[in-house]
Amino acid sequence: MSIGNEKLVSEKEIKTRTIRSFVIFFLLITAAVFGWKWLNKQPEDNGIPKPLRAVLNTNESLFRQVIFDENNLSKVYPTAVAIPKVRVNGEYGMGDNFDAATWKLQVVRSAGDTLLITLDEIKALPKTAIVFDFKCIEGWSQVTHWAGVKFSDFVTHFKLSEQAASQYAGLITPDKEYYVGIDRKSMMHSQTILCYEMNGKPLPMDQGYPLRLIIPVKYGIKHLKRIGTISFSNQRPPDYWFERGYDYYAGL
Amino acid sequence: MKRIVKKHPLAIRWFHWINFPVIAIMIWSGLLIYWANDVYRIGWGETTILKFFPDSFNKALNLPFRLAEGMSFHFVFMWLFAINGLLYVLYLIFSGEWRLIFPNKKSLKESILVILHDLHLRKGLPPQKKYNAAQRIAYTGVIVLGLGSLITGIAIYKPVQFKIICALLGGYEWARAEHFILTILFSLFFVVHIVQVILAGWNNFRAMVAGFEVMKPAAMAPHAEESEDTLQDPVLPQPNSVNI
Repeated sequence: MSIGNEKLVSEKEIKTRTIRSFVIFFLLITAAVFGWKWLNKQPEDNGIPKPLRAVLNTNESLFRQVIFDENNLSKVYPTAVAIPKVRVNGEYGMGDNFDAATWKLQVVRSAGDTLLITLDEIKALPKTAIVFDFKCIEGWSQVTHWAGVKFSDFVTHFKLSEQAASQYAGLITPDKEYYVGIDRKSMMHSQTILCYEMNGKPLPMDQGYPLRLIIPVKYGIKHLKRIGTISFSNQRPPDYWFERGYDYYAGL
Repeated sequence: MKRIVKKHPLAIRWFHWINFPVIAIMIWSGLLIYWANDVYRIGWGETTILKFFPDSFNKALNLPFRLAEGMSFHFVFMWLFAINGLLYVLYLIFSGEWRLIFPNKKSLKESILVILHDLHLRKGLPPQKKYNAAQRIAYTGVIVLGLGSLITGIAIYKPVQFKIICALLGGYEWARAEHFILTILFSLFFVVHIVQVILAGWNNFRAMVAGFEVMKPAAMAPHAEESEDTLQDPVLPQPNSVNI
């Protein structure tokens, strides 16, 4: 309290100033309460009030277009650090009626033009292994060991550069129960792989045999297990957890 | 006639009262997020003294299965928290108010005397300006908590893009634990703050709303009535002893 600010005033003036200030104070509290109620009553956009979704979309633009740098790599670990018992989280898209013998990866090059690729063809491409801290949106993480073909190598080999220049890739399980949409830069990131091995062995059924996505710049919800179809689009492809209130981007 | 003194500038009152609901929303939405992986506890081996959080707590606050909602509120209101906090710190620096809030050389020693006084173990307080030594440490500490929450939060939010921050904090898992601990400290600050505000009373509380505080008549200089500008004592009378 500096001395210069002292003032002699009447009791009446103190009372007037106090009342005036508290009236403003309570008006602001009322406005805040109504603002909060208004926000929670707004119509929903994919599971959350529209204004919240608008800010999340703005956050996405900021991180996707400004902050994301493809040279930023997820931290990698020595193979020995990877844990043997990998957590299984999420059964969506893992229906029992899956026929592994007839599975082929479908890549939609354009409407009516779908490329069919066998697992052997994918395994013939250069293999990339990664040991990284897999992060679930729930808040846990595990250092796990995966191997497969880099998505960017896959694109080059199958001459998909034109398609992959689209803003988004969409991935769907064979039973169409689970689906994700992923922005181009994250999909083409050097650590993103179409994965067919975990801990040096073929993927277990519950980890998405025969082929799953491993994308260390995203939360686990985007690491779709058992890829059926990959397509490309400049609009956001449907995304399972986005429809249930989560951030579309889910990037790390 | 009574002597009043300007205590809190309007800007600080705005920052304070915006911060209050924003932090409340950040902590609440943070709890919704934390519930989805509620692994922290106080204990060792098989023994748990305190689980964060007990089921009764989760139920009472209706926390379960609201992760998406929690994340959406958290990543919207984080902007208000960061911007309001940043403007507050800039205001402190450029207005010179920092001199009244940041601890000085004497603060550590004096804060012990203040605490002893507040616990009724000692009479009298060291001379102070706007804040006593314990307040200086508490209010500067809470700025550090806010900044820490922001930095650990960024590290969990984008651990790949801000991998250097994440690494400096000891990695992803540690950053999450630190973010949690800072929230607990924030909550403890809040509890102490509320108790102190209640103990300090109406005059002190009014100052955070109306800006001014009424001085105690006893504290007025003998000829204060006519010598407003001749006050020379740089040590101000204490409007209150426990005005946190």
